[in-house]
Amino acid sequence: MKKLLAGAAIVLAAITGTAQAESHANYPDRPVMMVVSYGAGGATDFQARIVTMTAGNKDALGMPIAILNKPGAGGRVGWNWFATQAEADGYTLSAYNVPHFIAQSIKGGVEYSTDSFEPIANWGADPAVFVVAADSKFNSMADVVDFAKANPGKLTFSGAGLFVGHHIAALQLEKAADVKLAYIPNKKGGAGAMKAVVAGEVLGGVNNLSDAFRAREAGTVKILGVFDLERNSFMDDVPTMKEQGFNIDNASVNFRGVMVPKGTPQGVIEKLAATVPSMFENGRVAKRMKAGGSPMAIMNREEVQAMWAKRQATLEELLAGL
Amino acid sequence: MEFIYYFGEVFTFWSFSLLLLGTIFGLILGATPGLSPTMAVALAIPFTFKLEPAQGLILLGALYTSTVAGGAVSAILLKIPGAPANIATTLDGHAMAQKGEGARALQVSFLASLFGGVIGVLLLIFLTPILAQWALAFGPSESFWVAILGVTIIGTLGGGSVVKGLLAGCIGLWLSTIGFDDILGTQRFIFHSSLSGGINIIAALIGLFAIPQVISMFAKGRQTQDMEVIDVKPHSLFKSVREVFSSVRALGIGTTVGSIIGLIPGVGGQIAGLVAYDQSKNFSPDRKRFGKGHPEGVIAAESANNAMVGPSLVPLLTLSIPGSPTAAVLLGGLIIHGIFPGPNIFRDYPAVVWPFINSMLIGQVLMCIFGLAIAGYAARIARVPPHIMAAIVLTLAIFGSYSVQTSMNDVYVMMILGVGMYFLERYGYSAAPLVLGLILGPIAEGNFVEGSMIANAQNGVATYFLMGTLNLVLILMVVASISYSVWLELRSSKTGLPS
Repeated sequence: MKKLLAGAAIVLAAITGTAQAESHANYPDRPVMMVVSYGAGGATDFQARIVTMTAGNKDALGMPIAILNKPGAGGRVGWNWFATQAEADGYTLSAYNVPHFIAQSIKGGVEYSTDSFEPIANWGADPAVFVVAADSKFNSMADVVDFAKANPGKLTFSGAGLFVGHHIAALQLEKAADVKLAYIPNKKGGAGAMKAVVAGEVLGGVNNLSDAFRAREAGTVKILGVFDLERNSFMDDVPTMKEQGFNIDNASVNFRGVMVPKGTPQGVIEKLAATVPSMFENGRVAKRMKAGGSPMAIMNREEVQAMWAKRQATLEELLAGL
Repeated sequence: MEFIYYFGEVFTFWSFSLLLLGTIFGLILGATPGLSPTMAVALAIPFTFKLEPAQGLILLGALYTSTVAGGAVSAILLKIPGAPANIATTLDGHAMAQKGEGARALQVSFLASLFGGVIGVLLLIFLTPILAQWALAFGPSESFWVAILGVTIIGTLGGGSVVKGLLAGCIGLWLSTIGFDDILGTQRFIFHSSLSGGINIIAALIGLFAIPQVISMFAKGRQTQDMEVIDVKPHSLFKSVREVFSSVRALGIGTTVGSIIGLIPGVGGQIAGLVAYDQSKNFSPDRKRFGKGHPEGVIAAESANNAMVGPSLVPLLTLSIPGSPTAAVLLGGLIIHGIFPGPNIFRDYPAVVWPFINSMLIGQVLMCIFGLAIAGYAARIARVPPHIMAAIVLTLAIFGSYSVQTSMNDVYVMMILGVGMYFLERYGYSAAPLVLGLILGPIAEGNFVEGSMIANAQNGVATYFLMGTLNLVLILMVVASISYSVWLELRSSKTGLPS
């Protein structure tokens, strides 16, 4: 009897196994949905729409990707939904923002961590920069830090919120310069934080390189430093923090990419990992992204896995004191 | 006067077709509950990829102006405000429709929209540099006081008792705290995971206004054997024109309040209509007629929410700061075509920006023409028997609340709030102050938290919030508004008449 059952089980496994393999071969045979955890019109939404616009091409997925916005609580609502409710069948993808979701999972109160998701590929990297109003008396990071040393806790500077890239950059600056600063998280995100700088509500701010680039073109801000390992091609005149004597790495860089829930069939993950990076490399995508001032950084699945693991370690250490 | 040279651009075959298309679709989308101006513009952006920048923006501009005006249609005929901007329109507009004056209400509403809208866009054209400075003057402390000023009108808004108005406002403020706190990420009142994103304003709006009606319509359908059919009176357009332009007070207050408040980033669009309505009610000799189908109420509300459209784009175009959710989506539309807003936008991209602004001016006229053309037919909706109407409104309510974020959670929230509101209405509470609390709560709280963090690094909270000319002016207005409510309540308790 036992033998019979075991035999039946093997046959069953074989049948379902091939059936699964077959269904992966056809994947995707219907349009795919991608969750964006931020509102329509924000930087993540805007870039997600551009990088997925060629998904329907024969050499990409062959099926269009539709964007679904699930905004709220700095991305927590969308990622909670994605980790707990989304079907792991490859037809529901999500955009990720690192360090945001990793920092939130370390802080707690959410239902996801890096173990809940499988990365597919990365499309963009938006470093944080330090900005001051165009008429500010600060002209370098040294000026800012000198003021902060003379007035501990009085240097107000804005950023997009707590446990996002800007906040991480702020913590790194405090640690590297050994000063006490007053970081003011803005409820309206990067745009609100930039307004606070331009209107003189705060003395400075951490903001996205792409938004700061546009603000500088408009003549409303000065950019004093980049929180990255190297200077950026959008602004090669702006020095990195390291060049100005602050030991700060790229832990705050806002990486954006695509992921699927844990439990998605391996065949589907492999198919996506093979096609999505080349979809991002499409010339039309690059042209639109450049016009929008959005820096691209295409990384494959293995590179993203390594990047997630590295961020997890860095952020655990940085956030331990909070 | 450079903009005049670019009018020709709007009247080319393609541009004008897009303008027409945007206006007609905008009116339809705006009239559909749940499809807010923000969503209409966001949905259209992918279509602009294929267009020239100027034409793409003409489409977006036309959509923005006409969805705002279109929201009045469902507010008047169904008592469902299409967006927060149209809440004040329901108060008198729907009362008019119930008296069979739907056609008159719609005509008046579109004409007032045209007037307010044109003035707003003219302000954008001529006063942009001055207005941009004004928009920047509102920091966290000033925005906090504006939100509090909005809270103070809660008491007088409902038309019933001041105390009940304030209580409903408090319920709204409490509902607004549900969900993850945006700054600290703390969880508040999340008893079920579906509440983690908080209560969506559009879904709440639909539930609070539509569901109590649906329930009472079903109840009515059972009670009466013969359906009482509302006599829909046709209304001459000439009379409406004369009516709107002779209501100088309502039109003046609406347009002024709309364009000033519309300019304040993050606060304006949501409350411009309500503040204008409240002010023209306070200044009117026959304030008792408000809330019972007084055309002046519709004129004030609709001229205000269209006057807001032009000025709300000032911070966006000159400082790259989106003042409203719709402006944020428009910013995406500009950037995608490689146009970076900033102080030099009129110098660097005149061939794109001027046709865009001109199209909003012409869009206002087209919107008014189409609106007036459909007003007579649309008003006949009042003849639909209550039990059928209830089914239609319920369908629209479910569809509308689902489509906001394609989520069933919003539908459940909408239904629960709606049923709760039905019972509250039976005890004399009204939905408008409750919704106002829901909208203003996060604005007041967010600005207070941000302001106090800045204040703690400077000279303390008291100095930060209580000093400065603009702060003091706003505080005086708050005090005046509260005193007025108290005086009204005292007078009504003395005379025994409802205030």
